[in-house]
Amino acid sequence: MAGLSSLPPPLTSDELQRGRGSRRVSPNLVAGSAILLVIIGLVLAAPLISSYSPTALNPLQALLGLSMHHLLGTDELGRDEWTRLLYGGRVDLEIAFLAVLASFVLGTAIGCLAGYFGGWVDVLVMRVVDVILAFPFFVLVIALVFILGPGTKSIYIAIIATDWVSYTWIIRREIVAMKKHEFVLAAAALGYKHTRIMLRHLIPNCITQAIVYSMSDVVFTILTIVTLGFLGLGVPPPTAEWGSMMSDGQQFITTHWELATFPGIIVVITGIGLSLFGDGIADLLRVE
Amino acid sequence: MTDLLLSVKNLRVELSTRRETVHPVENVSFDLAQGETLGIVGESGCGKSMMLRTLIGLLPRGGRATGGQIVFQGTDLLSLNEKQLRDVRGRSIGMIFQEPMTALNPVMQVGEQIAEGPIAHLGFTKKAGRQRAVELMQQVGIPDAVRRLRAYPSELSGGMRQRVMIAMALACEPKLLLCDEPTTALDVTIQDQILKLLLELQASTGIGMIFVSHDLAVVSQICQNVAVMYAAQIVEIGSVASVLADPTHPYTLGLLRAVPDFDNVKSVLESIPGIPPSLADPPIGCRFRARCSFAQEDCAVGDFPLMLADGDHASACIHSDSCRAAAQADPIIGARAAR
Amino acid sequence: MTRGMYVRRRLLLMLPTAFGVTLVTFFMIHLIPGDPAVTMLGIRATPKAVALLRREWGLNRPLYEQYWLFLSRIVRGNFGTSLFYGSSATGLILRASLVTLELIVYAVVLSVVIAVPLAVLAATHRNRIADQAVRAIPLVGMGMPSAWIAIMLILLLGLKNHVFPVAGLQAGFIGHLDSMFLPSLTLSLGIAPLLIRSLRSSLIDAFEADFVTTARSKGIGEYRVLIRHAIRNSLASSLNILGLQIAFLISGTLVVESVFALPGVGALMVNSIFRRDFPVVQGITFILALAVILTNLGTDIIHSMLDPRVRFE
Repeated sequence: MAGLSSLPPPLTSDELQRGRGSRRVSPNLVAGSAILLVIIGLVLAAPLISSYSPTALNPLQALLGLSMHHLLGTDELGRDEWTRLLYGGRVDLEIAFLAVLASFVLGTAIGCLAGYFGGWVDVLVMRVVDVILAFPFFVLVIALVFILGPGTKSIYIAIIATDWVSYTWIIRREIVAMKKHEFVLAAAALGYKHTRIMLRHLIPNCITQAIVYSMSDVVFTILTIVTLGFLGLGVPPPTAEWGSMMSDGQQFITTHWELATFPGIIVVITGIGLSLFGDGIADLLRVE
Repeated sequence: MTDLLLSVKNLRVELSTRRETVHPVENVSFDLAQGETLGIVGESGCGKSMMLRTLIGLLPRGGRATGGQIVFQGTDLLSLNEKQLRDVRGRSIGMIFQEPMTALNPVMQVGEQIAEGPIAHLGFTKKAGRQRAVELMQQVGIPDAVRRLRAYPSELSGGMRQRVMIAMALACEPKLLLCDEPTTALDVTIQDQILKLLLELQASTGIGMIFVSHDLAVVSQICQNVAVMYAAQIVEIGSVASVLADPTHPYTLGLLRAVPDFDNVKSVLESIPGIPPSLADPPIGCRFRARCSFAQEDCAVGDFPLMLADGDHASACIHSDSCRAAAQADPIIGARAAR
Repeated sequence: MTRGMYVRRRLLLMLPTAFGVTLVTFFMIHLIPGDPAVTMLGIRATPKAVALLRREWGLNRPLYEQYWLFLSRIVRGNFGTSLFYGSSATGLILRASLVTLELIVYAVVLSVVIAVPLAVLAATHRNRIADQAVRAIPLVGMGMPSAWIAIMLILLLGLKNHVFPVAGLQAGFIGHLDSMFLPSLTLSLGIAPLLIRSLRSSLIDAFEADFVTTARSKGIGEYRVLIRHAIRNSLASSLNILGLQIAFLISGTLVVESVFALPGVGALMVNSIFRRDFPVVQGITFILALAVILTNLGTDIIHSMLDPRVRFE
């Protein structure tokens, strides 16, 4: 839940009116998109790029080291590291994106209702949010994964159950600030139904901060999934996953440093790409 | 003739941002004698604040003086490096600002802020600094000074904060005080008190003052001389009495006409039609031409520096005669002249 | 309102959240699919053992009674018996907390030592090379898994060069400092990027503030302006950010203590999860949440002491 505290305050009426001027495509956006496209492209095209299997065991080929045949070497079970990296990307990125998307939708919906209707709904929702925010994020995730049992489904549930609160917090704050603006009063005066006001008037104005936040949230979620995998609580073997690859490779750190190092490097690069992309989106949507 | 305290000649300032380059000060010249108070009047955006800041080198990022001289007590301030300029600031030239709430450090006690100057420049100890702060606070009329030393700006009223700022500026007994719209953000009654305070201080210390404001009435209360600024240039300069009674520039005339006068109620408040020109792309010829009712063909081309009209009264308008005639004819201005 | 009243008020507001935390922690056991007692005991689940556990935990009683039982135990600091060790869960957790506390303090010190100079450097050389370089740090750093940082540090500073020990906790003050250095460094490198980013940003805001112009107009030297005006103003909000990062540090101890084999709360949690030691997991979850709540309270109080603008209203 990095960085909720450093979010900028909600826009004033004037700023809203001025807002939709020239949008700029910044170098951040270009660089970020480039990096992401490369990574996502490689990951999606994994079967086309590499002919090795990410999970088949080849004990005879174990721990070969870097070579022309195995760009990043092989692990202790003879599996090609580069291939596992690509397939692992599929797992980590898919879970991260989908989990964040679900949290985004769920959190935004709840935050919108809480902010718009106010009253006891708001109080109740914010109490729940406070309680969940009281737990250190990863501790709660890991406790939930533990309780629900191992497996990809548990990971999804654990992350979504913990992550939705950030979006609720952001959207609710924006909506509460926005309710004071005249155009909301005007819409109500015109007799628009609640859902119409919420969907077509409020949300489009509030959503930009949530979108920008979601980019850093994806990075954070990838880290969470990778850490779960590293501790052995993530996606179960033999599926390739960056976290478990790091953990497996740790035993061979002195002789074959590449096994534990490269999964981390690709996580960092993905993180850089997402951060740049996020900054670029922020420039585009003119969020300071 | 007393020695000149400050002499500004042909000052030109450039301000570059990512988007454009602007010249907020264009060929400005004026003199200030010891103990004299000069007012600088003009609307928002005419460059008066920038000009004041240039005098002690406090321009924002992207701003610098590109021409002219600022001769203070015989030295050209523009030729000084940052360290030398710092020695001048606070010590010989003090400055007070418009918004005391933001201009004072919110997490520092006011006594400490006042004492900072003497400690840094005059080598005062903390104890001596505190004593000096108490003296100054009493001088500017802050009651219960000893207790108030430890107050934070947020605990004081607007008028008090402005007094603190004045105390800070005078702490090292400078010869010149620069005032950047110090009363604009205050209530009228407080404004009055502060102006009285400044007048008293000026009388008792003989300090020179440059008072920048958009309010002609305020300036006329406190200054001996006034310079009128429009679109980065000085268009008229002279003694307050002379300029108010006998304006020689159409802009000044417009300003005077726009001031509501309760003694002579008019049916319509006159304002000057049009808007000031962009300083990023100023027009050729006289910059006031588009809004001037006395403009003629020869106003469209060329430079219009200040020319002496009468004694110390100078104007940038080549048709000042028509302007002066119109002023005399105006019932209010003419009445003032007669007084 | 005086400061005392302010503190008391904040404590009171904390209660509903603490209450909610107990609820969540309590329900954790009941989220377990299937019969909780059977799952907890695992292979040891004989009918007799199951019945015993159900009685001890009151699983046969209605929900609200169970919750009351749970709450009354927690308030007295009783988290049950560890299924693995057989001893008091509370005792285990408290002993481990001392190690973790040391680790966190060490990490906070290191992160301040790393972040402050870099942020000051960047803010005072805005848009020049030093600034660009420092701004790259959060970009790269925020995507680094702490597990990876740990592995890299072990590789570079522990194994190849034998500069620092890589596992276990050594006795004695120097032993502690030595053996906890790499783990603390790992943790601090995890939060340093964010600290650098926010501190730099708040310093820049401070530099452009009006009161800095006023200070400069008094002819104060730049160094003094930096220390007495810019940093002083950034202090309150920076401490706030640091306080919020403590929660992140706590999360980080799970990985770091496991990798470096330190007997702290994080390692205890991870190990208990593998041993399916429910009482310990539950107890740790609760205590860590409480720690976060108290840290936030502490941060608020310190903030109010540093920033006179906080009105005790």
